[in-house]
Amino acid sequence: MRSGRESGKPADDDRSSRITLTVNGVDHDLTLDNRTTLLDALRERLTLIGSKKGCDHGQCGSCTVRLDGRRVKSCLILAVTLDGRTVVTVEGLAGPADLSPLQAAFVAHDAFQCGYCTPGQLCSARGMLDEVARDWPSAVTEDLTAPVELTDAEVRERMSGNLCRCAAYPHIVAAIRDVAAAR
Amino acid sequence: MSAPPVGAVGREHPRLEGRDKVTGTARYAVEYPVDDVTYGWAVPAAATRGRISRIDTAQTLAVPGVLDVLHHGNAPRLAPGVDDTLFLLQEPTVHYRGEFVAVVVAETLEAAREGARLVRIDYDTEAHSTVLSPHHPSLYRPDTVNPGYPTDTAEGDFDAAFAAAEVQLDTTYRTPAYHNNPMEPHATTARWRDGRLLVHDSTQGSTPVQATLAQLFGLPPETVRVIAEHVGGGFGSKGAPKAPVVLAALAARQVDRPVRLALTRQQLFGPIGYRTPTIQRVRLGADADGRIAAVCHDAISQTSKVQEFAEQTAVYTRSMYAGRHRRTTHRLVRLDVPTPFWMRAPGECPGAYALESALDELATACGVDPVELRVRNDATVDPDSGQPFSSRNLVACLREGARRFDWADRDPTPGARRLGRWLIGTGVAGASYPARSRAATATAAAAPDGTFEVRVNATDIGTGARTALWQLAADALAVPADRVAIRVGDSDLPPAPVAGGSMGTASWGWAVIRACEQLRQRLRDTAVPAEGLTVEVSTADEVRAQRPLARYAYGAHFVQVRVDADTGEVRVDRMLGVFAVGRVVNPTTARSQLIGGMTMGLSMALHEEGLLDERYGDWVNHDLATYHISGCADVERIEAYWLPEEDPDLNPARVKGIGEIGIVGSAAAVANAVHHATGVRIRDLPIRLDKLLDRLPAG
Repeated sequence: MRSGRESGKPADDDRSSRITLTVNGVDHDLTLDNRTTLLDALRERLTLIGSKKGCDHGQCGSCTVRLDGRRVKSCLILAVTLDGRTVVTVEGLAGPADLSPLQAAFVAHDAFQCGYCTPGQLCSARGMLDEVARDWPSAVTEDLTAPVELTDAEVRERMSGNLCRCAAYPHIVAAIRDVAAAR
Repeated sequence: MSAPPVGAVGREHPRLEGRDKVTGTARYAVEYPVDDVTYGWAVPAAATRGRISRIDTAQTLAVPGVLDVLHHGNAPRLAPGVDDTLFLLQEPTVHYRGEFVAVVVAETLEAAREGARLVRIDYDTEAHSTVLSPHHPSLYRPDTVNPGYPTDTAEGDFDAAFAAAEVQLDTTYRTPAYHNNPMEPHATTARWRDGRLLVHDSTQGSTPVQATLAQLFGLPPETVRVIAEHVGGGFGSKGAPKAPVVLAALAARQVDRPVRLALTRQQLFGPIGYRTPTIQRVRLGADADGRIAAVCHDAISQTSKVQEFAEQTAVYTRSMYAGRHRRTTHRLVRLDVPTPFWMRAPGECPGAYALESALDELATACGVDPVELRVRNDATVDPDSGQPFSSRNLVACLREGARRFDWADRDPTPGARRLGRWLIGTGVAGASYPARSRAATATAAAAPDGTFEVRVNATDIGTGARTALWQLAADALAVPADRVAIRVGDSDLPPAPVAGGSMGTASWGWAVIRACEQLRQRLRDTAVPAEGLTVEVSTADEVRAQRPLARYAYGAHFVQVRVDADTGEVRVDRMLGVFAVGRVVNPTTARSQLIGGMTMGLSMALHEEGLLDERYGDWVNHDLATYHISGCADVERIEAYWLPEEDPDLNPARVKGIGEIGIVGSAAAVANAVHHATGVRIRDLPIRLDKLLDRLPAG
């Protein structure tokens, strides 16, 4: 993982920059308005509409994607700062043949209703499970130095950056627990 | 117990569009591929009341990529008198802060947003009044309350019966403004071609959107098509056409190109509606055993100067519990604010918070268990209309909930249980919601290959309607469900009412079942011809001919809370709801609906509060960082159950509706549990820790 963000090269009109962005395994050479967020670049330029705009202020989590393996809110990042970086969106979660275990578990547990927060929930859950695998503690972790045990309380705490107004929360927790148990 | 289901209905089934939603391929309103698309950005008024004296768009038009700025001086004209909340960009008048007064259209989102920032508007302002108060000089009696109930009702002699009652309770409850906040902001893509208007809209019903746009723009309805295949929640706020669809259509006509226009999160806190704040006085007169003789519920809420909306806050009290002498009233205060609108169980939700809290207070006053008190006051006929109930299983819900919750072991003493730093308490509340049906039209089509397509302009805003209708259709056709396709969410489909009032499955399902039954009948005598066979059915006559009965769903909420004895922080350990909602078509999606409503009640009780700044007449906490809705960590243990209920007097789907009853009463159950935990009665929501802090029992 890179330590800092890379800015793209200025384009001719000094309002835009050129970057290369890898999204779901595909390299894109893009000239982007410097004001364009990663979320808008994904949705409006790359037509990857799976990432959702719920608040545009980093408050709801609907836009969560994975950037170089970590979950981020794509509405809070200017795309031109991401030259050479790698993004995975909800469109990149499924395998060529079938749904990922998390996606399948979300369907099986009815872990959504309207579905608008769902891409963000899935990307967030994916990132969260990796954080747990690395034993990163959360606000509810009792022993900060011991391996993290993925309890319901841990899942709830770690998924609280992703709001769901339909309130599928208990089903989201159950889906994530299922996948974690199978790991 | 009822017999186990033999067909599709009654079986758990994942929602049909589940795969699309988890792969990010389900398209919402501004996510359709559109050639030559432009972006609209709505500009809200910065004045609270007055007139626009000047608009300067020069700086905006100088922004590279900005195409145009629409405002009252140049926008295409709309027909007046259709819907005053949608008569946008037509007049210089400003009715409330945040009202949309301009739209910037640009080649990119960034340019549109920058352009919107640079629109300069001067206003001639007038003094405004934006705070609800029971003594407001504009207090008046509306002619009816939403959606057409009588404003006031009276039976017997409340005043005399209350004065004579052994136990008298006279309390006032207040609820703040609540904001629906669906995760998908209201949004529209609009395009005109050859005089026809095509919109993708985030709405709970595209049939009314089609009709309204046709009227506003003076078009034959068949030239307007409105698609709403996937909708990111609504909770009432998308139950009628709202500003974005009108603004996008105006803008697309002005620039003669397609326009995508999504509101920002901040813009969702006024112009698209909200739940009015309420002030509710509840009086109960009872005997020493808690039998209610007199009940009165006086509700005050607010409306705007644009259009009247009268929340039916006290209607819940009319039919919920017995009592010979009863009165309900509704009064409105007309303010310089956005027009309040539907939010999940308008009326029943805030009204039940007040009445179910008052019943808890009465139980305490009489020394009667609050479950038993409700059982004692069960009604045998509707106290409001005098009509029999089609079915009424409130007591069964209370009994079953009490059994599951181990309620029998409860010590009624408030403030008496402590676990470490936590004060523990439990609370109960009843719930009811009307079981209505409206007319709809559906078609059922048979193809020669043995498959079927059923069409109805239902809208699935996340309720699971698409899946439930598919299950109902399969059983009505008596074929395996995998041979049936269901199409919803497009005004080109047969017309149907909005997803609202918990009447979607009842209304749409009625039409679907009748169309499928008729098709099946036709196919008894004939093979499917090569071109297929389609039947269309409207339920208008059948719905109108329903016999008059009081039709309600019922429920009972049981809640355990813990309250931090030092900080006053309230946590909900457990919510348990038992419901009697007729037949449950799909347990998978029904459970999600019920726990979703219950959680919104938790959120109402503890978290949500629109805070108005009187100087500007607008809510200061207009985003999701400062207007708190329950998050994942707030919901610990939550369970929803339902009773087997066969009610033959409902509708062919035999359903009562489940979208709203989960929120009715749930906030009261939380508040009642907080009282049991602490001895503190909070009568103004939300129950914030600062309201508890200096009143908690000493440790």
